[in-house]
Amino acid sequence: MSGNTKILEEITSSDYKYGFESAFESDNAPKGLNENTVRFISAKKNEPEWLLEWRLKAYHQWLTMVSPTWQNVTFPAINYQDIIYYSAPKQKITLNSLDEIDPEVRATFEKLGISLDEQKRLSGVAVDAVIDSVSVTTTFKKVLAEKGIIFCSLSEAVHEHPELVKKHLGSVVPQTDNYFAALNSAVFSDGSFCYIPKGVRCPMELSTYFRINAANTGQFERTLLIADEGSYVSYLEGCTAPMRDENQLHAAVVELIAMENAEIKYSTVQNWYPGDKNGKGGIFNFVTKRGICAGNSSKISWTQVETGSAITWKYPSVILKGDNSIGEFYSVAVTNNHQQADTGTKMIHIGKNTKSRIVSKGISAGVSQNSYRGLVQVMKRAENARNFSQCDSLLMGDKCGAHTFPYIEVNNNTAQVEHEATTSKIGEDQIFYCNQRGIPTEEAVALIVNGYCKEVLNQLPMEFAVEAQKLLAVSLEGSVG
Amino acid sequence: MLKIKDLKARIDNKEILKGINLEVKPGEVHAIMGPNGSGKSTLASVLAGRAEYEVTGGSVEFNGKDLLDLAPEERAGEGIFLAFQYPIEIPGVSTTNFLKTAVNEVRKYRGQEAIDTVSFLTMIKEKSKIVDIDPALLKRSLNEGFSGGEKKRNEIFQMAMLEPKLAILDETDSGLDIDALRIVANGVNKLKTKDNAVIVVTHYQRLLDYIVPDFVHVLYKGRIVKSGTKELALELEEKGYDWIKDLVNEGSEV
Repeated sequence: MSGNTKILEEITSSDYKYGFESAFESDNAPKGLNENTVRFISAKKNEPEWLLEWRLKAYHQWLTMVSPTWQNVTFPAINYQDIIYYSAPKQKITLNSLDEIDPEVRATFEKLGISLDEQKRLSGVAVDAVIDSVSVTTTFKKVLAEKGIIFCSLSEAVHEHPELVKKHLGSVVPQTDNYFAALNSAVFSDGSFCYIPKGVRCPMELSTYFRINAANTGQFERTLLIADEGSYVSYLEGCTAPMRDENQLHAAVVELIAMENAEIKYSTVQNWYPGDKNGKGGIFNFVTKRGICAGNSSKISWTQVETGSAITWKYPSVILKGDNSIGEFYSVAVTNNHQQADTGTKMIHIGKNTKSRIVSKGISAGVSQNSYRGLVQVMKRAENARNFSQCDSLLMGDKCGAHTFPYIEVNNNTAQVEHEATTSKIGEDQIFYCNQRGIPTEEAVALIVNGYCKEVLNQLPMEFAVEAQKLLAVSLEGSVG
Repeated sequence: MLKIKDLKARIDNKEILKGINLEVKPGEVHAIMGPNGSGKSTLASVLAGRAEYEVTGGSVEFNGKDLLDLAPEERAGEGIFLAFQYPIEIPGVSTTNFLKTAVNEVRKYRGQEAIDTVSFLTMIKEKSKIVDIDPALLKRSLNEGFSGGEKKRNEIFQMAMLEPKLAILDETDSGLDIDALRIVANGVNKLKTKDNAVIVVTHYQRLLDYIVPDFVHVLYKGRIVKSGTKELALELEEKGYDWIKDLVNEGSEV
């Protein structure tokens, strides 16, 4: 494998393209975390009293909690007093048009390949862009409003749709759910809010781009997405950050609520800065994502392509409460150099005839560690629950690790739970076969990896599949034939 | 086109090729025959540039270039094609997608522009007729779950798509029933022109009933011990390889 390893190293060690830092002025909270920090953030956002109380409750709870240690990753203790919890690009308070956005902010997004120009947005993707702590702009708001769809920053929703926010915020991931969720609940700065009314099929992909820019800041965004009865929405999220020597914390919370017959498709391409080749710097990506199939026959599907972050700690889950509801989790997690990932899902079957499907593809290279951790839980009254899990690991080189931690808890004997797992290496034979047909090794590896991940990549909406393909340096499967 | 001079190669410190000499001109079909373990497949692998084999001596010139100096994909770009004895499976990558990548990489090597999708699909349609390959097969993962015959047919289909100057068929007849053999051989014959050449590596004579060679070489213990025309293949068929072995072991001139 020596030849392979060398080339794999070259491929996987290509430079991080999004590592620039933008020089716009920002408005920061003082460093450190205490009750005043929470009050500062809440005041900055002019929040109602109930939300401040909600945050404070989370903060006090967080103080009593300890950082989890069960995950298969190692990192030095985080000094929570050394982080800036709120950082906003300075700009005019109200924007009348996109032209008024700070040109530097605008340039940042252009560099990322995200045009905020609505005129150019013929592809039909509505974007909410979050830089550091605040939502910078939401495009296509008017078009969506005609259908009754609300797509705005969470801060805006707090003021304009308080009843929806108050009812649902924390209903899927409570403030006290876990250490990082509690932290997020205390200091979350912004994020996206989305509501799809009854019977509406959202006519375009909704998308949020997250960008950490300022130094020493943490990003704590919170996304709340509600699909009312019989509605459908496909939601995409992407993230990048500058290259810095110190680690930066990203502790987000995403809550999804699907009512009867509603369907939510949530896709992530996570490309936070992974740190350098020696493991210096990079984002700690500690994220709680959970959806509830609250109504009967509802469906929630998570798709994630995780290539960035120094450490990923993330388990997008589905609570299958409604009868006949469906939960899906499709994941590609790539770790390289010194990256560590502990990621997977939880499928909690509560309703009758609920179904879940888990497809996890781990790719480890360098000296990285890549773990799949998944729970399939079938509750007592979940008659005829079905689960199928497939966890594949692909190893590149002989210094990395791949681990699978499946947990299965079945409390109803009508359940059918299947788990399949494989571990493989890219074969020298496969590479030589490609070489012999004229395909250089670098492209051959991309082709093989792409084939390996195809089942997951096929789940991504077109706009994101392209980005994911670039990220994995993959071929254009499906563009022909 | 191809000039092999005193080629020596080994694997795991075991010398397999002990001085091969062979010249192939455009328009020719050469058959390389020999008993198991004589070095036939090694020769094919060395020409294609497989890394496990270490070349310890001699030279190979291909259209004026030092072939041994080129990476496997560069050799493919120069027009060398190897039909594998055991074609490799690549899960999740369709034959069509694989070939589009291959065709475009070869074009890139030759300084040509990438082929557009419409022309590519037209090409697929035309070439698939040559080996009578089921178009549905081309959408499936490369060689995964293919029968032995389908795999070999797919090799010749790839050869048709890549239009090599020199095709090396490594035991393409192994594992084929007579109908499949005929289809594969017909495919090779249809692709034959006065400008390209074929080296057929085989243990048995039967493939040579369909792909008629201009020259037959017998490889034994890492050397070409006898060369002749297609009649030599028939003689081998009749007498077996022991006759050759005896000749060599006795140290006679062959």
